[in-house]
Formats: sequence, structure tokens, C-alpha cells
Amino acid sequence: MAQPVRYLLVGASHAALSALQAIRMHDPDGSLTMITRDDALPYSPTVLPYVVSGRSQPARVALKDESWLASQRVELRRGRTVTAVDTTDCSVRLDDGSVLGWEKLLLATGADPIVPQVPGLAGVKFHVLRRLTDAVALRDAVAGTREAIVLGAGLIGMHAAENLVKAGVGVTIVEMQPRVLAGYFDAEASALIETTFTDAGVCLRLGRRAAAVAAAGERIQVRLDDDSELVADLLLVATGVTPVLDYLAGSGIATDRGVLVDDCMRTSAAGVWAAGDVAQARDFYAADPGARIINGILPDAVEQGRVAGQSMAGDPGLRPYEGGVPLNTYTYFDQQAVSVGRQDCGATVRSEAGAGRYLRIVMDADRLTGIFGINSPFDPGVMWEIIQRRIDLGPVRAAFLADPQRAARGVMSRTWR
Amino acid sequence: MPAYNTIAFRPELCNGCGDCMRTCAEVKTGSADSANARIQISADGDTLALALCRQCGDPKCVANCPAAALDKRLADGVIAWDGSKCVNCLLCTVGCAYGGIVYNAAAQHVVKCDTCAGDPACVRVCSTGALRYLTTARIYNEVGDLEDLFAPGLSGCQGCNTELVMRHALRRIGPDTVLATPPGCIPGMGSVGYNGQTGTKVPVFHPLLTNTASMLTGIRRQYRRLGRKVHAVALAGDGGAADVGFQSLSGAAERGEEILFICVDNEGYMNTGMQRSSCTPFGAWTSTTPVGERGRGKTQHAKNLPVIMMMHNCEYVATASTGFMEDLYAKLDRALAASERGFAYLHIYSPCTTGWRFPSQDNIEVARKAVESDFVLLWEFTPAAGLQLTRDVSHPVSISEYLRVLGKFRHLDDAEVHEIEAAVERNRQFITGLAQGQHPAMARLAADRADDTGARS
Ligand SMILES: Cc1cc2nc3c(=O)[nH]c(=O)nc-3n(C[C@H](O)[C@H](O)[C@H](O)COP(=O)(O)OP(=O)(O)OC[C@H]3O[C@@H](n4cnc5c(N)ncnc54)[C@H](O)[C@@H]3O)c2cc1C
Repeated sequence: MAQPVRYLLVGASHAALSALQAIRMHDPDGSLTMITRDDALPYSPTVLPYVVSGRSQPARVALKDESWLASQRVELRRGRTVTAVDTTDCSVRLDDGSVLGWEKLLLATGADPIVPQVPGLAGVKFHVLRRLTDAVALRDAVAGTREAIVLGAGLIGMHAAENLVKAGVGVTIVEMQPRVLAGYFDAEASALIETTFTDAGVCLRLGRRAAAVAAAGERIQVRLDDDSELVADLLLVATGVTPVLDYLAGSGIATDRGVLVDDCMRTSAAGVWAAGDVAQARDFYAADPGARIINGILPDAVEQGRVAGQSMAGDPGLRPYEGGVPLNTYTYFDQQAVSVGRQDCGATVRSEAGAGRYLRIVMDADRLTGIFGINSPFDPGVMWEIIQRRIDLGPVRAAFLADPQRAARGVMSRTWR
Repeated sequence: MPAYNTIAFRPELCNGCGDCMRTCAEVKTGSADSANARIQISADGDTLALALCRQCGDPKCVANCPAAALDKRLADGVIAWDGSKCVNCLLCTVGCAYGGIVYNAAAQHVVKCDTCAGDPACVRVCSTGALRYLTTARIYNEVGDLEDLFAPGLSGCQGCNTELVMRHALRRIGPDTVLATPPGCIPGMGSVGYNGQTGTKVPVFHPLLTNTASMLTGIRRQYRRLGRKVHAVALAGDGGAADVGFQSLSGAAERGEEILFICVDNEGYMNTGMQRSSCTPFGAWTSTTPVGERGRGKTQHAKNLPVIMMMHNCEYVATASTGFMEDLYAKLDRALAASERGFAYLHIYSPCTTGWRFPSQDNIEVARKAVESDFVLLWEFTPAAGLQLTRDVSHPVSISEYLRVLGKFRHLDDAEVHEIEAAVERNRQFITGLAQGQHPAMARLAADRADDTGARS
């Protein structure tokens, strides 16, 4: 085995890049290698719906280019998959059989789509959307498609459905929850979003599961749990994601649903950190500081990556992770839905819906725990900060409820200017 | 990474007129609807909140962008938005804790400040000075490339402001310099070296406290005779300048010797055990003005050495502070140029963590507060223009905000604080009066100048 690298980052997306930048702030020279199974420059899964729609060109989505990587003295190994981790002799094995030693290892392998156990699904050609190659395949498939079925009404399914319907495809979304985007919005907001989609011609089959899938000539047939049948040219499976953990088998690194980490993103193995969609980390809202969740969002991958990078480099400026807060922005048919925080950790103190607008504020006593809006102007980043700092909004409560954006900017100016 | 220019906001000067927002909207969108401005100043109770891109050094909006549409430009530090790459996902707005990048309904995408390519329109129309475009970064970039002419590892106290002054000043003045550092903190921390090794990379010597300006006079005259252009520079403490070194200083100034004399004023003899000097302010604890059963710190007010130097009708006199580096550098440049023609005197206030008793990380903040409270006034004098204030003195913060951070004033009672307040107010009026040319002292200087010109012609 050759000389071990000082830092080995597995993954080249948001968590890994954020760690890389944090490392370089403190250690400009330590040798650093980044590995990605994708044969591409670093890119974000979040941009993929726009690759599908044609708004983004695959050649223009790279988050960092070669010259930047060179300037940061990063060796990027593309198209290589880590197949095993050995924490005793501090090495990883790659899919070409080679072995690479490390002093400090970051697991930032993100998540893969969950493919549900539906009889017949494995026998047909279906699409998922997580990797750039998936997006290009889906984009290319849309051309010859008249009708499509989307399994799952989470963000990925909803984005894809919008793209498809805008491309003139007839779309049916099948979702087992009684409403769309159940993880992100409450029933009222979901209802507003559903109306927009149905107005655009999307057919929603809510509260339904796919019971069986079969090929029907060139087409695909899906039978639902109410025995109704759908037929389409294209099937997209977007029923959720799960951390990429297979390569950790036998490594001894403690996992639950994801890789378990402490507030410095350290795993149970010495010299090994994890961050992003693969990590299961502190829950900001849980009373029990030991509770661990997978937040699965881009801003948190960035945050966790920064903490991991600082910790790996021994940066004394490290501020430990405060815990995951759900944060989502969702633009659909030129409307803006934003959710910051949780709906179920306090009482609703303002709620209004109507005329394409929606706003809900949830507080626990005088502390903000969540704010949710559709076409309602407020600054998500300022709200995140207010939640995370547990700011006492008592003195400005009335003003905050009346005009959250203005009052929150006032709090900002008094508190962190 | 270089330092960058930035838009600064002082809410206490803002009258809420809204010109900045209307102008920004006009420049960026062609209509004066403030809602479309990239800068938003809103009132929340008695707070004026500023929502504006801070052009962060480590921007989260950029890290959160999945489409590579945001980029922190290394050249000018601006976070640039590329509309051809933006996918409207709004994740950047989640990363920004300053309301600096927001969705704009009219534009149908996020908008943010681009500082108008270094000439921000909002700043141009701000009539109260609440918005300023700080270009201080320029000096750090320029000076950062110059060689530090002091050796590394000087043994100043932790957080020493004087070390900062020395290193900055000599970097700027450059290698063609003979430096005099009379007894005080400056040689104390090693300017003249240890064990036969010098602490500077330029010729340096250690005059007596009493003869700094006369020795420099001789050196400068000798170099001129040899036809060599060499800066003769003194870095002296307030004791060495105002007390025992004063007669040679006054003599050299009166004769118009071509010297740059920098007084680093830390209000006492800090190197030898924190004794009082004539620059120590009223009420201050020092080891010779103790605080106890009877003692209440110094019982006299400080003498105003820079004003005394001005009355020598020097080529250039100025006061400066490390809390205001842009101003300090401008004055250093002018003082250096003036020292080619005659005597230049620069008085730099230098808070002392050890002798004034405050935490070592607060030095610049203390320096800034001294100026913001008008305890220290920033001005400059040239024979042609007379005395000019270089910083507005009409909106001081309360003097107790300054006094209370300093251990040497901690014992003061209300009456003593009032005494200091009154002295600060007298000095403010005195200097303002000089600046407006109404003071008899200015009239006398003007008359001297007229005589001078008359005599020469
Ligand atoms: C279509 C879509 C839309 C989304 N929209 C949003 C959104 O609007 N807002 C939001 O907050 N989040 C969104 N997300 C989620 C967001 O993209 C993720 O939270 C984020 O990308 C997580 O970053 P990460 O670095 O942890 O993992 P990933 O981005 O998943 O990156 C994982 C990296 O690891 C590499 N890798 C994996 N396994 C291996 C291996 N064995 N060997 C070598 N390399 C490996 C991959 O090649 C990749 O580089 C979306 C996701 C998708 C798929």
C-alpha cells in the first residue's frame, strides 16, 4: 500500500465539498483525495430535475472545476466506487481492487433511491433520479413519452411530474400518503399545491399503493391496491431514499438507518467521520441529545460537512453541530413554498390560507419552532438562525406574528447584525 | 485571499429617507419601486434593520447552490449570480442569515447586491453618511505585499497595539530608513535587538530618552550632505516625546528638521512598570497614581501634545488610531511626504492591554471606542489648510462606554466621570473651534505664516 493520504473523502457532493473547504481553511497543504463513483465533476443531485427539464445543461452543472480542485490541491478520483472500509489498517478498497490508505476518512456517500418491493417491478424498465446519468436517461426518455406514472409524491416525484407535464406528457402520481409532500407541509399547504398540480392536468392518486407492475408490450402496466390499472410509457420510482452503506459491511462502524455520528460528525471508529445524507446525527428538536435522525437535505449536508471538515483538520474554531432542522424550499409552477423547522413541536400561532397564499407560524411558548409559507415573503435563513439560537421572541411577538419578515430582520439586526 | 471593499451601515445616522432603496431599484430595474431594491432598510420598533448581501468570506448561499449559479469572485469579493445557471430553487435563501439574497416576485428569481462594480449607487445618494463604501481593504492588500521590516518574535505583551503600529508603519515607510527607538516599550520588546542581533531589517539605534530628535537631526543632515535620500524616523512613546524628550523634539520641530517623528501614545511609562506620564488622562490608575484609601488615580488632565506640536507650525501634524486604519495610512503617507520638506509629527493613540487593564483581544475595539466617544479626536494640520477634523465628532457614543471597559478607570465615581466628560467636551469645542478657524490660536498661526512668507520673499 502506498503512502496513506492525510484526508480521504468518499463522495464528491455537498457534504464532501463543504468538508474539503473547511479542511483547507485550516490545513492548506495536507494531502487530500476525493473519490466519487460518478464519472463526472462534482455536481448536486438537487439540480437533476432541471437537467431533466432541459433548463440545466449537464456540462454546466459542475459545482467545482478542475482548476479549482487543482488550486485546492485535491486529487479527484472519478468513476471509482469504494467497496470496503478497513478501520484496523486504515484503508479502503476500490472497485478496481486497489487499496488506498488514509489517516482521516470522511464518509459522504449520500443516499440511493429506495426501490419498493412491488411484485413485477424488477422485471420492467423504470427510472429513478439520483445521479446525473439517471437524469440524462430520464430527459432522453421524455421525448418519446405520452404518458408517465410517478410513484411517490415527495420532492423528487413532484419535480419530475411537473417537468413531465410541462413537456406535454400525461402524468399520474401514485402516493400512499393521503396528500402530497406530507413530510414537508401540513394538509392545508399540501392542498394548495395539489390544486396547482391538478389544474395543470396532473392526475393524483393519493392514499394508494402500487400492488403489481407488469410489462404490457412496449408499455408498463401498474395495478394499484384498489385494483385500478394504469398504463404508461414511462415509470419513475421516487418513493424515498436510503443511505449508501453497503461498503461498510464488516467495517465495525456503527450504523442504524445511517452512519451514527456525534456532534463533531465522528463515527464510532477512530479517524472516521460521516456527514450528509449518509449520516444519522443529532436532532435539534429532540429533548434527548442522544436521539439521531437523517435530515436528508442539502443545507444540512453543507452544515455537517463543515463540522466534519473542521473536526478532521483539528480546527480549534469548531462549533459543534446543533442538530438537524428540516428546511425546504420548493418552487413549482412559478410558486414558492418554503418550510423551515417542524410543525409538531409547538402550537400554531398564526395560520392563514387562501388566494394562492399560505402562512403558518408555530411557536413553543415564545420560541419559534417552525414557519411555513407559500408565496409568503420571509427570509428562510434568518428564520433558521432564530430557531437555532432559540431566540426569545416574547418582546416582539405581536410584531413577529403580524409581519414575520420585518420583525425577524429587526431581531437579526439587534442580535447578529 | 485578498481583503475586499464593503458597504457599511451606521443605523444611528440613518433617517429612513429611503433614497438608497429607490435609487437601487432605479439602477437595477429601471423603476423606482423600493420593493425591488437589493438593499432593504426597514424599521422594527426603534431598530433600523439592514437586509443586504454582506458578500461573506465563506458564503453559505454559494455552498447551498446546487446549480453553480453563485460564485464568490476572487478578484473583487463579490458574490456573483449567474441567471443562466440559476434554477430558482431558493436554497441560497436558506443559507443567508442576513436577508441578503431574496426571491423577487417582479424579477421571478432571487436578487442580490453586486456593489455596482465598486461604486454602489445606494452609497452615492446617502446624504447622512449612514451608508459608506469602505475601501480599507485596499491598504491591507497593498501593505500585505510589502516586507515587514521588524524581525518576527518581538516580545510585546499579548495583544499589543504598539507592535501593530510599529510593523504597519515601517512596512509602509520602507527600507530606506534610519530608525530611532528611544527607551520605552518599543526597544523593550526588541526593536534594537537582543544578544547582538537587531530586531529590525533597517538601521536602528537606541538614543537616550532626551536626545532622540537631535540625534535624528544629525543623521538626516549627514545623509543629505552625502546626497542620499533616507527617511529619518522616530518611533517613541509618549514619555519619550512629551516629558523628558520634549526639549529636543520641540527644538527639531521649531527648526523644521526633515524628520518623521511618530509618538505611540499609550498614556504612560508602560515598559518600566506603568508609571504616569504627562499624557496620562485624569483619573487613570498608574503605579505612581495609585487608587486606595486616598488616591483616586491621576489628579491632573493630560497635556495635549499634538496641539503643542501643531503650535510649532510644523510641516505636518496629525492624530491617528489603529481603530481607523484607512485614516492612519492616509496620514502616514502625508506625514512621510511632509518629512521631505520639514518636520512631520504623527501622534498615534495606542491602548495598552497590560497597563490599562483590559482583555488582550479587545485592543482594536478599545481604540475604536476611544475615537467614537470623542475621548480621542482624529485631525490633521498643515500650514496651508490649518487644522481639519478627519472624522466627524458630532455623534459621539457615551464616554462611559469607553471608560467602563478599562480597568484603570474602574474605580471612578460619577463625579469623576463627569469631570472627564467635561474635559472631553472642552477639548471637542477647542479642536472644533480650531478646525473652523475661529480660534485665536489659528489666527496667530496664520499671522506667523504670513510673516514667514513675507520674510522669505
Ligand atoms: C432529484 C433530487 C432533488 C432534490 N431536491 C432537494 C431540494 O430541493 N432541497 C434539498 O435540501 N435537498 C434536495 N435533495 C437532496 C440533496 O440533494 C441531498 O440532501 C444532498 O445532495 C446530500 O449531499 P451528500 O453530499 O450528503 O450526498 P450526495 O449528494 O448523495 O452525494 C454522494 C456522493 O457520494 C458518492 N458515492 C456514493 N457511494 C460511493 C461509493 N461507494 N464510492 C465512491 N463514491 C460514492 C457519489 O458519487 C456522490 O458524489 C434532492 C435530491 C434529489 C435526488
